[in-house]
Amino acid sequence: MTLSLTYHLQVINLLAALLLLISFAMLSQRRIVGLITLFAWQGAALSASTAIVAWSTGQHHLYYSAALTLVLKVIAMPWFFYRLVKKLDVDRDVEPMINIPTTMLIGIVLVIFAFNLAMPISQMSGTVMRSTLGIAMATVLLAFLMMITRSKAIPQVIGFLAMENGLFFAATSATYGMPLVVEMGVALDVLVGVFVLGIFFFQIRETFDSLDLKHMEKLKEK
Amino acid sequence: MTTGILLQIAQTLAAILLAPLLMGWVNQCRAWLQGRSAPPISQPYRTLRKLFQKDAVIAHNASPLFRFAPYMVFACMALAAGIVPTIANDLPFSPAADAIALVGVFALARVFLALAAMDIGTSFGSLGARREMLVAFLAEPALLMVFFTASLISQSTELPVIVQTLAHKEFVIYPSMAFAAVAFWMISVAENARIPVDNPTTHLELTMIHEAMILEYSARHLALIEWAVALKLFTYSALGIALFLPWGIAPQGDLSALPLAVLVLLLKMLLGGTVLSFMEAISAKVRLFRAPEFLGTAFLLGVLGMLIHFLLEV
Amino acid sequence: MEIYWVLGIPLVGGIFLALWGSRGNAPEINAFFSLLTLIAASILTARIVADGPMIVGGEGWFFIDSFNVFLVTLTAFVAFTTSLFSRPYMRIEKEHSRLNDKRLRLYHSSYQIFIGAMLLALTTNNMGILWVSMEAATLATVLLVSLYRTPASLEAAWKYFILCGVGIAQALFGTILLYFAAEKVLGSGGTALLWTHLNEVKGQLEPTVLQLAFVFLLVGYGTKVGLAPLHNWLPDAHAEGPTPVSAVLSGLLLNVALYAVMRSKVLVDGALGNDLAGNLMMGFGLLSVVLAAFLIKRQTDVKRMFAYSSIEHMGLVTFAFGMGGPVASFAGLLHMTMHSLTKSAIFFAVGHATQSAGTQLMAGIRGLIKTNPTIGWGLMLGTVAILGVPPFGVFASEFLIITTAMHEHAWATPFLLTALGVAFASIFGKVQPMVFGETELPRLPYQPALTPVFMHLALVLMLGLFIPPYLADWYRQAAALLGG
Repeated sequence: MTLSLTYHLQVINLLAALLLLISFAMLSQRRIVGLITLFAWQGAALSASTAIVAWSTGQHHLYYSAALTLVLKVIAMPWFFYRLVKKLDVDRDVEPMINIPTTMLIGIVLVIFAFNLAMPISQMSGTVMRSTLGIAMATVLLAFLMMITRSKAIPQVIGFLAMENGLFFAATSATYGMPLVVEMGVALDVLVGVFVLGIFFFQIRETFDSLDLKHMEKLKEK
Repeated sequence: MTTGILLQIAQTLAAILLAPLLMGWVNQCRAWLQGRSAPPISQPYRTLRKLFQKDAVIAHNASPLFRFAPYMVFACMALAAGIVPTIANDLPFSPAADAIALVGVFALARVFLALAAMDIGTSFGSLGARREMLVAFLAEPALLMVFFTASLISQSTELPVIVQTLAHKEFVIYPSMAFAAVAFWMISVAENARIPVDNPTTHLELTMIHEAMILEYSARHLALIEWAVALKLFTYSALGIALFLPWGIAPQGDLSALPLAVLVLLLKMLLGGTVLSFMEAISAKVRLFRAPEFLGTAFLLGVLGMLIHFLLEV
Repeated sequence: MEIYWVLGIPLVGGIFLALWGSRGNAPEINAFFSLLTLIAASILTARIVADGPMIVGGEGWFFIDSFNVFLVTLTAFVAFTTSLFSRPYMRIEKEHSRLNDKRLRLYHSSYQIFIGAMLLALTTNNMGILWVSMEAATLATVLLVSLYRTPASLEAAWKYFILCGVGIAQALFGTILLYFAAEKVLGSGGTALLWTHLNEVKGQLEPTVLQLAFVFLLVGYGTKVGLAPLHNWLPDAHAEGPTPVSAVLSGLLLNVALYAVMRSKVLVDGALGNDLAGNLMMGFGLLSVVLAAFLIKRQTDVKRMFAYSSIEHMGLVTFAFGMGGPVASFAGLLHMTMHSLTKSAIFFAVGHATQSAGTQLMAGIRGLIKTNPTIGWGLMLGTVAILGVPPFGVFASEFLIITTAMHEHAWATPFLLTALGVAFASIFGKVQPMVFGETELPRLPYQPALTPVFMHLALVLMLGLFIPPYLADWYRQAAALLGG
């Protein structure tokens, strides 16, 4: 490992830590607009780290995924969500279902769990950034937690997309990314998914006059 | 050795003398950002002078503890300011500059202040003391977590060693320190009674924490406490600089680096003060019962920093 | 070459129908494209039967063997009959103004895309693309489930999206882990996720990684199979979506998801050399069977009840595949076919029954045999068939599964038998008054499309009485591929 590589690695590690930090910030964020901004930042950190990996290891296909992330998750989707929030006029405080400190505590437990789970796998990996696999898994779990604890539609979807960010990061850290066609396919799915959801939000809003999913608790097993 | 002692004295005195200046700078920046006309930067000095010239009024039922507390608080803060590496590293007091001991020194000052506040028996005093203890009880473990993260990196809890490792060895990015830095910022805000946890300029009974404790003080006692408050802010800034931006602190026994170190320190302090006032200007004070949440977050960030250290940096 | 037709026709159909809009003949065009797909799939099947497995395209993008070609045919067939059924059904829905032109256009277009995505999932050789097309199939159906735009249907669609989304994200992680293990052996690049390549080197894949990967894949795709405890989305989506959508979800999508699990299982078995994967599947399968059987009892909505029955049967298939071995795998495949055919037939009949009664509540549907005898008979026969009464094919496959279970995992048989008994009693008890009870309901004002119902039931009956030797061979081959 050359010296320059270790510097890249340091920056990647820093970005990875940032990714985790943003995940936690998302957990504690009460406003939807703030959440969207954080999501954009998370995408930016992901894109930057992917680009640095591409540069330092010569894995050129990673440039494409970095660019894809940049376009989709830093520009297109946040823009789309901002517009949606404005149009639907839903930017009010979102009280999560569990209070935030408790959520954060659960989050810490999840992080420890993820780090432990990733440890044996990352030791087998040959990539320079293998140790960040734990962070990727933690990001996935934290996003999952966010989906569970939020009752509004948009935060849930942002949680879902953040989970996808974590998975992307996992792929990059464990194996320098998936084969390009798969990554393209995943990106396409995500894009289509977001648009489908956009339509869906309007439908929900039209029907329930709100994007609060608490209205949607009719279908339950009695 | 003599130079060491001289340097030690110089650093402590500099801290004591410069502390109100930092406070003045923060107030000035804040006034600018809020679009008010700013008081002169020397305003804290004038306030102190005015207070020292007045006659002290003390409640009839005050015990000696009430008189003694301001001196104790000031002494604790002065000691803290002396042992944190501010301009030079590895001074004669350095062996005492243990991160955990430092937390203890802060705690000591706080205990005396809280006791004094309850001494008179007014409702505001007890209320302030209780709130202060609530904040402290959450801030202290968080601060320790931050110190632990730094200690894990440098394998020591002594601040000079930490500075030595971070500033004077090969440059390495420590992601864990990023977490610790955010946590430390939050703790400093809370400990120094700034927005969003407390507001130093308000005397609103519903919200005040620190100010409620010192309502009964006047004249020289109040001056000492105000000075100690300024000193605390200065010490926390110095601590933050030592942990997260240590570049420029003069290494052991290198006198030629001193002028530069002083200059760099001033710059960093100015910058830190600006950022602090900026953050205060853009955030709103949170309700008191949100303060535990705020500090809980700081604690979690500290823990996360440690976890990250184990994952990425071992 | 046929493979491109099989995949291209639904895609073109989807785009064409989106552009064509909902002019009067859109349902016929939909059926026509489905017919073309079926023809292409039949030709493909004939090729595979004659020439054996084949790998097509580029670096081997598509891989077709006996296992998936059988599912391709089944998918194309049920897709075609469903499109026949949806022709009159959707017209009536429009007349009842539950749907408008815009939504019908969405329906027809998404229907084709959905079928195309499932066919791609079945034929692709790349485990990554398999994931992509599974997700595409979900997305294509989200808006179909919420087609009626009622609060309940929106809720169901939201649940469907979020639960399946989370599930499928787990599957993506599993796929990443799989690639991680594969990359060590096959080197990086697009070919390391090709199933055929992986299958050749499965013995060399890192067992610990694959173990973890399989857990994620099973949980992920298992959510789409509707395995308990991740089945919550399934009854809602089935009950609230339009009936043709319920029929294809139940009859096809669940199969495709299970297909994905099975492909992974083959790799994991090779790498681990133990029964871990099988045991996990048996556990989830058994849990689903038991849980669903007891939940059936409480249902009041007819589509929900049959949705739970789908969970039960998919659980049974999963259990059978989990046991492994030639007989169990054979029985699993057979049961998969039988369930697809029978369940979609039932949904067709139920669709007409609910239309004539104007409600999905079973209490409101009575005396079908008097008002609409064909619908009544269709529902009754379908129910009898799905409950495993001989001589229908479901009996044969269930019998095989249970006898194998008695031999190899005797502890599980009491659970299975109890669950099947409970399901039998509750479903039969609820369907019987629907068909034979007293009623004042009017006749359906139009001719119901019951050809598909009886076509499916006839096939099920035939396969119950006699499985043609070449078909049996074909199942045997497929079972062998599953490690039998």
